[in-house]
Parts: sequence; C-alpha cells; structure tokens
Amino acid sequence: MTADMDNPLERKDEKLIMDAGDIARALTRIAHEILERNKGVKNLALVGIRTGGVYLAHRLAKRIHGIEGVQVPIGELDITLYRDDLALRKNQPILRKTSVPFDMANKIVVLVDDVLFTGRTIRAAMDGLMDLGRPEEIQLAVLVDRGHRQLPIKANYIGKNLPTSRDEQVQVLLEEDGENDRVVILRAG
Amino acid sequence: MSIVIKGGRVIDPGRFVGIADVLIEDGKIAAVGPQLSVPVGARTIHAEGKLVLPGFVDLHVHFREPGFEYKETIQSGSAAAVAGGFTTVCCMPNTSPVNDNQAVTEFILERARLAGLANVLPIGAITKGSEGKELAEIGDLRRSGCVAISDDGKPVMNSLVMRRAMEYASAFDLTVVDHCEDLHLAEGGCMNEGLISTELGLPGIPAAAEDVMVARNLSLSELTGARLHLAHISTAGSARMVREAKARGIPVTAEACPHHFTLTEELVRGYNTHAKMNPPLRTWTDVQAIRDGLRDGTIDVIATDHAPHATQEKQQDFTEAPFGIVGLETALALTLGLVEEGVLSIEQAVQKLTSAPAAAFGLKKGTLAVGADADVAIVDQQEQWEVDPSKFRSKSRNTPFVGWKVKGRVLTTIVGGRVVFEASRVER
Amino acid sequence: MSLKRKDLLSLAPLSVDEIRLMLDTADSFKEVTGREIKKVPALRGKTVVNLFFEPSTRTRTSFELAAKRLSADVINFAPSSSSVVKGETLLDTARNIEAMQADIIILRHSSAGAAETLAQGVKSSVINAGDGWHEHPTQALLDLYTIRQRGMDFQGLRVAIVGDVSHSRVARSNIYALIKLGAEVRLVGPPTMMPWGVERLGAKVYSNMDEGLRDVNVIMMLRLQLERQGRAQFPSIREYSRLYGLTAERVKLADSAAIVMHPGPINRGVEIAPDVADSLSSVILDQVANGVAVRMGILYLVSGANS
Repeated sequence: MTADMDNPLERKDEKLIMDAGDIARALTRIAHEILERNKGVKNLALVGIRTGGVYLAHRLAKRIHGIEGVQVPIGELDITLYRDDLALRKNQPILRKTSVPFDMANKIVVLVDDVLFTGRTIRAAMDGLMDLGRPEEIQLAVLVDRGHRQLPIKANYIGKNLPTSRDEQVQVLLEEDGENDRVVILRAG
Repeated sequence: MSIVIKGGRVIDPGRFVGIADVLIEDGKIAAVGPQLSVPVGARTIHAEGKLVLPGFVDLHVHFREPGFEYKETIQSGSAAAVAGGFTTVCCMPNTSPVNDNQAVTEFILERARLAGLANVLPIGAITKGSEGKELAEIGDLRRSGCVAISDDGKPVMNSLVMRRAMEYASAFDLTVVDHCEDLHLAEGGCMNEGLISTELGLPGIPAAAEDVMVARNLSLSELTGARLHLAHISTAGSARMVREAKARGIPVTAEACPHHFTLTEELVRGYNTHAKMNPPLRTWTDVQAIRDGLRDGTIDVIATDHAPHATQEKQQDFTEAPFGIVGLETALALTLGLVEEGVLSIEQAVQKLTSAPAAAFGLKKGTLAVGADADVAIVDQQEQWEVDPSKFRSKSRNTPFVGWKVKGRVLTTIVGGRVVFEASRVER
Repeated sequence: MSLKRKDLLSLAPLSVDEIRLMLDTADSFKEVTGREIKKVPALRGKTVVNLFFEPSTRTRTSFELAAKRLSADVINFAPSSSSVVKGETLLDTARNIEAMQADIIILRHSSAGAAETLAQGVKSSVINAGDGWHEHPTQALLDLYTIRQRGMDFQGLRVAIVGDVSHSRVARSNIYALIKLGAEVRLVGPPTMMPWGVERLGAKVYSNMDEGLRDVNVIMMLRLQLERQGRAQFPSIREYSRLYGLTAERVKLADSAAIVMHPGPINRGVEIAPDVADSLSSVILDQVANGVAVRMGILYLVSGANS
C-alpha cells in the first residue's frame, strides 16, 4: 500500500503499512485458511509467542469461535530462555511466563507471531514447544513476513508479505498494548 | 667525625625551642646554640626551614626475629625505623622462641648491632613462653638488656600472676607493659563490636574487653606501686580511667597508635584486612577520646605497634588474616596530622614521640641535651607525599594508608652521631 | 529493568526493584520446574562451579540442580581443610578455578566477607551461598518468594525471626530484605543471641517469645546450633526449648493464617515441635522446592550482567 502523508494515524517517523481494518481482514482470512487447511478445529490449538503473538492468537481464536462455534485451546510461549543470542547480550531480557495449559500430544499447534524476520524466534519457539510436549504437527501463522530469513523457516499463513531492507524496523502495534492497531515501518535515522 | 646541623628549628621538648645549630661530636650532642662555629673537617647539614628533633623513640614494635623473618628482620625493621625518624625502638617479645630468656635477648641485641641502624631495645616476656603462668627470669632479662617486660599479644589473664610480675619487676625498676584485653570477652573477635560488626556478620571485640583489663591493671598498679605502661589504648573508657588514675597518683603511662587516633571501624567495610588490628579500630567517639587524651596529657606516648605481615597473610579472608599493620614509616606524618588539625601543638607532638616514651621506660633517650647520645631526626614539616608501600624499607607492606596524601617527612636520621638515613634526592 | 550486578553477594545493598526483579524472575522459572522436561537451554555452554568450603548438601544440591536445569555444566569443588594447601588463600583457589573458565562461582565459606573478597579478585560472577554469619542471600530470596507465593504483601507484613540471630546469615539477609520491602521484623530470642545494636537496623527485639509472636503473619524459625550449648549462649537445650521452642500453642498467638518457615535442617523437638513442623501452616517443603526456581533465576540474571 502507498503511504499517505495525510493519514492521521501515521506519526511523522513511521510509515503506515497496515491499518486496523487491514489487520482485521488479514486475521479473518488467516482464520479461514487455518480451518480450511486443517479441515475444522479437531485437535487444533493456538500458541502465541510473547507478547504480540499472544494477542494475535487470542484474536484468531475469537474468529475461529465465530466461524465454528468452538473455543480452541490457547497457549502462551516466552522464548527468552531459548534465544540463541542469550550469551551475547549485555543485559538479560526480562523473563515472562510460559503457559500452555493443555496436553500437546496429538495436537496440531499453530504458532502465532506478529513479524517473521530472520526465523530465529521461531526456531527458539519450536524448541520451547518441544520441551513442553510432542505435538502432532506445528504450523506457523504471522501477521507480517518481512523476509531476510537466516534459517530455513517458512510460514503457513501470512497476513502480508512486506519487502523491507534489513536495517528497517517493522512494528506491529496493537490495542492490547494501548495502541491503535497498525503495522508500521520505522524510518532509519 | 663531627656534624653541624645549621639553622634548623630545634625542638627539644621541655628544654628548648628555637632556631639553633646543633653540634655533634664523638656520637654525643656537644652543643646547641645560635651560630655555632663549624669545627675543621665537620660535615655541615643545612636545616634552614626544617625541624631538628631528638630521634623518635618507639616503645612498641614487632621485628619478628627470631622466628618470622619472612615478615620482618631486625635489619629491615631498623631500616624502616630510621626512615621514619625513629632512632630507638623497643621490640616486643612475641617472637619464636619468645624473648623470655637471656639468650634470645642477647641474640636480638647482636642482630641490632649488626644492622647498625637504630637502637633496638628488647622488651622481655612477663611469663615463660608468654603463657601467663610462671614468671620469666625477669632479673636475667634486665641484666642482659631488656628495658621493660610485656606479654604483648597474649595478655596476662591471671591477675595474681600480673600482681606478682608487677611486684617483682619493681625490684629492677622495670616498667610492666600490658596489652589490655580480656581474652574471654574478645574470644574469636576480629573487629570492634558494634553496629558495623553486626552488619558485616563479623565476630566483635567489645570495648569492654579492653576496659576491664585497664581497670584491673590500674588497680594492681595502685596495689603494688609498680610502674605500669598501657600499650595502645583505643577506647574512651581506657582514656577516662587512665585520666582518673593519674589524678590519683597511680604511676601509669599510656600510649596510643596513629591508626587509633586517625581511623575508625568504618574502614573494615568491604572486609579490608588492612583495617584488622588488635585492639581493633573503634568508633569516632573513641577516636576523639584518644585525641583528647593525647591533648590533655592522659596519653603520654605515641607508639606505632609496627606489626609486619606478609602480603599473602593479609590476602586471606578477614577472619583468618592476622592482626596488625606496619607503622614506622607513616607515624610521623600521621602525628603531624594532629598538629595540622590543631589537636596537638608541635611541641606536644614531638614530646610524645621522644622524651615522653623515653621517660616511660626510663631510657636516656629522646633529648638533645648536651652530653646525650646524638640521635637526631631532621624533618620537613611541610613536604607532601603519597604513601606508597612499595617504597617502604620494611619487608612488609600491610598498611591501610596506601595512597594517602600526607604531610611531613623525615629528611635525615642520625643515630649515635652517624647519619643512618637520608631521603634520596631522587625521591624528593 | 535488568540486573546490573555481576555478583550476588548480599541483599543489604540491593534496591527494592532489584529484589522484586529476582522474585519475578524466579516466578518464570517456577513454571519451568513444573514441566515434564524441566530443562531450558539458557546457560548452555556456561560453566558453574560450586565452591563449598563448608559442607552443605542442601544448598549445594539446590544450586547444582538449578544450574543443570539451565543446561550449564556444573563442577562441584569441595576443598576440605586438608586438601587446600596450607597458605593457599581463597583467592589462589578461586583463580585456579577461574582458569578453568568458570562463568559463575557459587561460594560457601565459613568466613564473613569471603564472597566479597572473592568477587573483587575474579572476573567470574560470584554468588554467595553463605559466608560466615554475614549473609545467605539466596536463602532469604527463597523465603521471600515463598511468602509472596502465599499471597502475602510485604508492606506491613509482620515477620518474627526466632532464634540465634547473632550467628545467623539467614537472619541477616532476611532482616535487610524484609525491612526494605516494608515488613515489620521482630527478632525473638534471648539477649545472648542478639547481635549488638541490631534494633538499629530497623528490627524490634523480643526476649519473650509469646509477645514476639502476637499477631505475626510469618514465623521464621532459625536452626539452633546445638554445639553452642554451655558456651554461655544458653544454659541447656531443655530450657531453650521451653522458652523459645515453637509449639502448636504458640502458633495460635500468631495471626490465624500465619505460616511457619525454617531454613532446615530442623532440630525436631528443639526449636520446633514435630507436630508444628508437619502441620499445614508449615511451608518448609515449599521453601525447598522454591529454592531451585529462585536459584535458577539468580543464575540467569547474573550470567546476563557479566557477559
């Protein structure tokens, strides 16, 4: 989409990529795709990656409930302890809780994250999930795929493919954090 | 060889203060007066603007020989002494073996002669092996050269033994020196008992451990009439009791160490083993009481309790590390610090380093009177310097004053008419 | 916030925020310790050395388990007095260990200040697992964690610490932390067991146990060092037990929801009656279980601050 300099949602230093309507429509489409691909909700579970992915997982679950009338189980995953850069960082990131209150055996787990970039977060998330149990299958849903993968990882459901340069910053801002729903690129400098 | 010290400010406590020349001939003070003529062949030392003082007398050093030569020897200790302006030092008997007999006393004196620097005068033990049980052969110790008796470091706990020691020593006109510490009260302690020991979780030594023994010793001195010298008093209570005892005519003298009138227990924070000494560093109230005692004459003497320990010993954890610090090479500057702060006059300060300690042990030292041994210290009262233990003459470097910027330095030390120390021109 | 300290030596200098960060981090690890696979890769490739100069199976095992659950390599080093060469200082020993590329050294030592001395001399992170009578910060943190787990708020909380406070590193760490967090700390025991001036740290001292326990929310019992009997601290175990032993009767003096804690090992029938130790109000086993999560959190936090 083209950035509109008059758009009131846009701040001076950000370039708007998706607004609230775009996000809502993308999530609705992803919910349908998940159901289509898995032929319904049987054995389906959603696990959001903290923190943005958790909010998106809840929104997807709500849509699935709207379509199928079934509440799918939701888990919340903190991947900090599985990061591959933990030993390199100056300060330890704040740990948040992981909560996957269902048995993953035989489940089709859809991992949900806001932005897919290098793929390292997803690698950590898969390791984290595997330590919690043995899912039948793991699928990946993301709101934005911005490219620049460093690992052979591919999303099954994508809200928007967004070509970016490596040094740009993509942010997904959501109401759950007190923001207006939007996806932006922060301009360098 | 003769020496003339020209133009310095001579301070000979109780005798003379003023600008004068000092003539030394045949190892003795030959004359003190204005514009003395210089004999042919005499060496002239210019001391204009400097202080010319009797060499200092330290009643309390540990030279560790025999037995602990890795910490200090009589040679290295003597070198440290003269570098600090001390021309006479009295060394405590807690060597290995303990100086409780003639042979050890003679050995020390022989080593001191070989070192040829300071006058090293041994202090004999009160009891055999300093075990606090049987009296040592005090008569023999006196005859072979001991100038006082003490079981320093291992106080005599048995009051009857202490009483007998005092009675017996008075027959030889020997001063009895006691390190006042009730070993039961102090058991296991390694710093002053108070809020800081509570916070740090370190076993404390209460002020009362010193006070009860000061009280006992004063009572015994009163009972026996024996001359008593209290080593390194550190508490307000000790100072108060000594003041009162002196007022009542008890023949007691007392000493304080530079660290006890300069530092407080705060220095222990961080588990600094250079702040570990016995008696321990006390509170600011105590420091002030010690300063008051020095000012009003309750405390006669400034002594160093020079206690060398090897670096690796002080690197142990706090409870394991040994007590004590070296003091000979910092004592003058710290004493002059009291002058700077207005606690003591310069005459008082010099007296507490010279004539007062000599009098406490009855030594013919600490004066520039004509005919006295030519033991002299020439001092620059203004020179500033930074304490750098790597430059110490002592074998050991255990000082809490490292890095301190201090004022007052010894330029020249003369013992028996010989120049034994000159601060090198390079250093200055 | 994140922890800026490479070491955990004592709780005395920590801010309230730092203490809360440690408790919050422990919370995340509590979840990990509840999983089937109780291991995370956070400290993979790091080496943790347990350097215990004093024997302590509990604390050492707890740290060992914590480090292993973080995927660190763990070495246990217990220099007995005979195997440490006479004259080798703590620092010498530690430098040797550091040369093995230890990232974190956990030190238990009989001498107060040993951990601080060590931390000044090595680049590795140092965690104090008890130094003399000084502090035992991780024990106090697990006590705090256990209190918080029970839904208690520290602000205004009344905590009685009963026993030999003067020789207790656990008591010191708890006093510092609880007072910082706004709790009212009561120290209960005979005056022979109270260190000089301890009330000036902000605690109240009670020599009468019944008065000290009245309406408290937490009763923290200290272990009685039986070998101190006869050394003028207390005349006999019998009398101590009568005056300062925790009985069911005495628990009733406290708040009805009060919990009873003990750092272990318990002298049953001495400082604490067996039925009390086993009763519902006792959270002693929770303390042990929480110890691993708390120590995982500390290992995680200091390893970040030192990289």
